[in-house]
Amino acid sequence: MQALEYVAPASLDEAVAALAKHGATARVLAGGTDVIIQAREGRRQVGVMVDIKGIKEATSFSFGSDGSLTVGAAAPCARLYGDAEVQKRFPALVDSASLIGGIQIQSRASLGGNLCNSSPAADSIPTLIALGGVCNIIGPSGKRDVPVEDFCTAPGQNVLQAGELLVSITFPAPAANSGAAFERFIPRNEMDIAVVNAAASVALSADGSKFESARIAVGAVAPTPLYVKAAGDALAGKPVSEATIDAAAAAASDAAKPITDMRGSAAQRKHLAGVLTKHVINTAIARAKGA
Amino acid sequence: MVTTSKPEYKVIGTRPVRPDGVDKVTGRAQYGADIKQQGALAGRVLRSPHAHANLKKIDASKALALDGVKAVVTARDIVGPDGDLSKLPDPAANILAGTKVLYRGHAVAAVAAINDHVAQEALKLIEVEYEVLPAVLDVREAMRPDAPILHEALRTRAPTGPSEGPSNVVAQTVSAFGDIEAGFAECDVIVEREFSTKMVHQGYIEPQAATAHWNSDDQLTIWTCTQGSFPARESVSQILGHPISKIKVIPTEIGGGFGGKISVYLEPVAALLSRATGKPVSMRMDRTDVFEGTGPTPGTNIRIKLGATKDGKLRAAYGDMAYENGAYPGSAAMYATMVVTAAYQIEHVKFDGFDVVVNKPRTQDYRAPSAPAAAFAMEQLIDEIADQLKIDPLKFRLMNSAAEGSRGPMGMPFKRIGHEECVEAALNSPHYNTPLEGPNRGRGVASGFWFNVGLRSSVNVSVQPDGTVNLNEGNTDIGGTRASLAMQLAETLGITFEDVKATVVDTDSVGVNDVTAGSRVTFASGMAVHEAGKNLIAALKERLAPTWQTTPDEVQFEAGVFKNADGSKTMTFKEAAVATVGRGVGLTVSGSVNAGFLAGGGFAHHIVDVEVDPDTGKTTILRYTAIQDAGTAVHPAYVEGQMQGGAVQGIGWALNEEYYYDDTGRMANSSFLDYRIPTSLDVPMIETIIVEVPNPLHPFGVRGVGEPGIVPPLAAIANAVARATGVRQTQLPMSPRRILETTRGIA
Ligand SMILES: Cc1cc2nc3c(=O)[nH]c(=O)nc-3n(C[C@H](O)[C@H](O)[C@H](O)COP(=O)(O)OP(=O)(O)OC[C@H]3O[C@@H](n4cnc5c(N)ncnc54)[C@H](O)[C@@H]3O)c2cc1C
Repeated sequence: MQALEYVAPASLDEAVAALAKHGATARVLAGGTDVIIQAREGRRQVGVMVDIKGIKEATSFSFGSDGSLTVGAAAPCARLYGDAEVQKRFPALVDSASLIGGIQIQSRASLGGNLCNSSPAADSIPTLIALGGVCNIIGPSGKRDVPVEDFCTAPGQNVLQAGELLVSITFPAPAANSGAAFERFIPRNEMDIAVVNAAASVALSADGSKFESARIAVGAVAPTPLYVKAAGDALAGKPVSEATIDAAAAAASDAAKPITDMRGSAAQRKHLAGVLTKHVINTAIARAKGA
Repeated sequence: MVTTSKPEYKVIGTRPVRPDGVDKVTGRAQYGADIKQQGALAGRVLRSPHAHANLKKIDASKALALDGVKAVVTARDIVGPDGDLSKLPDPAANILAGTKVLYRGHAVAAVAAINDHVAQEALKLIEVEYEVLPAVLDVREAMRPDAPILHEALRTRAPTGPSEGPSNVVAQTVSAFGDIEAGFAECDVIVEREFSTKMVHQGYIEPQAATAHWNSDDQLTIWTCTQGSFPARESVSQILGHPISKIKVIPTEIGGGFGGKISVYLEPVAALLSRATGKPVSMRMDRTDVFEGTGPTPGTNIRIKLGATKDGKLRAAYGDMAYENGAYPGSAAMYATMVVTAAYQIEHVKFDGFDVVVNKPRTQDYRAPSAPAAAFAMEQLIDEIADQLKIDPLKFRLMNSAAEGSRGPMGMPFKRIGHEECVEAALNSPHYNTPLEGPNRGRGVASGFWFNVGLRSSVNVSVQPDGTVNLNEGNTDIGGTRASLAMQLAETLGITFEDVKATVVDTDSVGVNDVTAGSRVTFASGMAVHEAGKNLIAALKERLAPTWQTTPDEVQFEAGVFKNADGSKTMTFKEAAVATVGRGVGLTVSGSVNAGFLAGGGFAHHIVDVEVDPDTGKTTILRYTAIQDAGTAVHPAYVEGQMQGGAVQGIGWALNEEYYYDDTGRMANSSFLDYRIPTSLDVPMIETIIVEVPNPLHPFGVRGVGEPGIVPPLAAIANAVARATGVRQTQLPMSPRRILETTRGIA
């Protein structure tokens, strides 16, 4: 590993200034569970680490008066899933945050880091998409918002421009009678990168017989995590039935454009996209019904 | 435990805490990478990015110009300025390539620098010119006449004489008895299939690490986490042309080896770097180095035809077994042809073995080398025949079991062995007698055999003034052998385990010892310990006789007590030791044995229940029982540990592990993230049943237990998956991907 510099700004303005000053060699440091390893293995050249863990907006999370949730980009997963309100209102976030690595990793790793690392297989991004998350970005030319589904652009790449950083992610308040869930498939029971992962968020009619709306996302089946609008559309307004859910699963499977590699074959991934979509829709329904 | 009959032992069969235990659980134990020598430099190896290439030129000038870099060495430093690099012999050429690289990861140069970071940066500055050649990665493709040739000088050894031209087939060997045509003619049921398995790694947790100091008087000291300090000394001597009398190897604690730490890799390189710099040089591998640059176990392609009569007698077997040796010649297939039918009495057999070089790392031993893949094939066919004949798979194995006096793997009759007892223990086990219910579930069983070896062992025992004894042994302790040897010495001397202090010492401090491998240490070093114990008793008799006014042969030793002929004078071992050493003169004895090549043979039998998820193809191990004949279980807890470890490694091999190559010959999964050994969440508690059929070749009836336990799992799991899914699995790993492909055509 090459020697590098470290700075720890105390405010967003200082962070933006530090990124501007050090230019292309600067890298935001959140939990470091991706970037430090990449630097150590020589997969990423880093001149200056800009640690954002001293910035309040980036490390805290809070509920708005409208029931929305804003999560600081560098807030560690363990704090998030350990919070009783988050557990109650956003169980899908808990699904994701609690399976990224083990307890040591979770005590450092953040949703912002998972999103900004922009791996197609990242285990929080499908959930962030399904929950309708919006990225709050700050940079040299001010603030802007980007929906999570538009954030990643290619493996390891995203819409952040030079000098920009992700401050937080905001999730709208869950609708009445709604539920969401995330699941990943790995060959072992721990320590693996998702072969496929999927998240669903569904809102049901008051009597639970019908889908009002739904958002489905699948990961590790394309260069970026995919928001599969067609899968949600296959549910919206339809009765809660196996046939409807199968149609949504088929839409997710259709949308998948996976590759074959050491983690799985293209055919296997396409198939699993459907299997997991079905699983997460069923879990989301159960949660919507208060199970 | 299932025990035939054995003497009443006092220490053997108990479960004391191992002497190395506290240091290991508190993190104080010194492993390979923990060795810190004053002023040491850090060494790193540059490895070939190509699977097959001519090595045209190495220019290290830029690396040498980097601040902090002290030396760069290549194979030129082995052969000397006038040496012919193209004639660099095996194994030196695997340590640093001469004129050709034969696999991705093949070492081409090494650098020593003031620290590891500088050494790694320096590697990037070494310029190597390669002429890339077509590579061959598959064992059957490598056997074709038009395949790219790895070694121009290699000629196939075959029963009909050497091949005319160069070939990748190192040897064709035949293991044949009886007349297979006549045998198959008697059969009512014949099954025949082709199986293949992938290259897999032992997956020891500690990567290779070594430190060397080449002193200005040419004395070379090496610290290393090796499975054999004496063989390491021998190899370094051979590779560097430096006499063994000037080499001392100091073994550190070892974090697993399983056969993969028999060969040297870093030791000679660190020595060259130390010679070049005059400083101690420490080197260690990272996990990718370990996967790409050390010795995994061969991938295979095996075709077997097996026949039985309708009354359930196996009569004939034929097989063609091709094993990858990796880049340099080996002999895995030869062993496979001998072990494949060892658990059964089959009159007519013929197995052709093909040892083949391919552009992958040179393979090494991995617990019962060659046998698991052979059993994966054979034990599935056995199950298919039992199914077709509607005979319980365990009873079918019992009906055909090898036994004392039946033909052993090299043609000689078996001495007393325990295969029948293992299968009977399986039949009587709680596991086998609990019905397995539920959809997508299946139960599988399989047997396994391994030779076990004897070879040379030497120990020194010195009596302390307080009557305790120090046991100095020369075999690296991988599986609790300090404990198992101390126990055998205590038993011999009639003292307690706590009165023996066992230490692993360096090559200057004890007689010659062969490898810690072949399941031999508790067996053969146990014989050396027994020998030393007898020598010690004889020496004490000599000392006691004059004070008792008698002759040494009149002094008896029984149950830990010396006595004179009429029993009027008695002394315990400890009293005698205090009297003659504490108040007399020091006493050191040694025990040295050559326990021969074969050590009696070990058998294991496993039962496994699985559930296969039809939607994802994922196999869950629901329940697992490992049964094994230990001869005499010296320390039953460590025997169980060996059995459980074999089962767990087998589960990984069966379900997920493989060297996954891309088209260019690059291993795409060279980290523990993507090379999927099982985690603690992937295996249930492995139940164990120790069978004890004492080994007639050993004074306490010990059999090696390190290896047989990895032989059955691949087949046992395949048999279980076949019952759960209705589909036979002929290829490993039985990953979720493969299960979806074979059960649902999702490919
Ligand atoms: C043992 C282990 C197990 C793991 N298991 C999983 C797993 O199961 N699932 C999974 O998805 N991942 C896993 N990971 C990967 C990693 O832990 C996650 O991706 C984690 O969420 C990254 O968060 P972080 O805060 O550590 O990010 P960092 O490493 O700090 O940052 C990641 C990247 O994002 C950039 N970045 C971070 N924050 C910002 C920001 N606010 N603005 C702009 N850029 C930013 C950084 O510059 C860097 O490029 C594992 C890693 C390890 C080491």
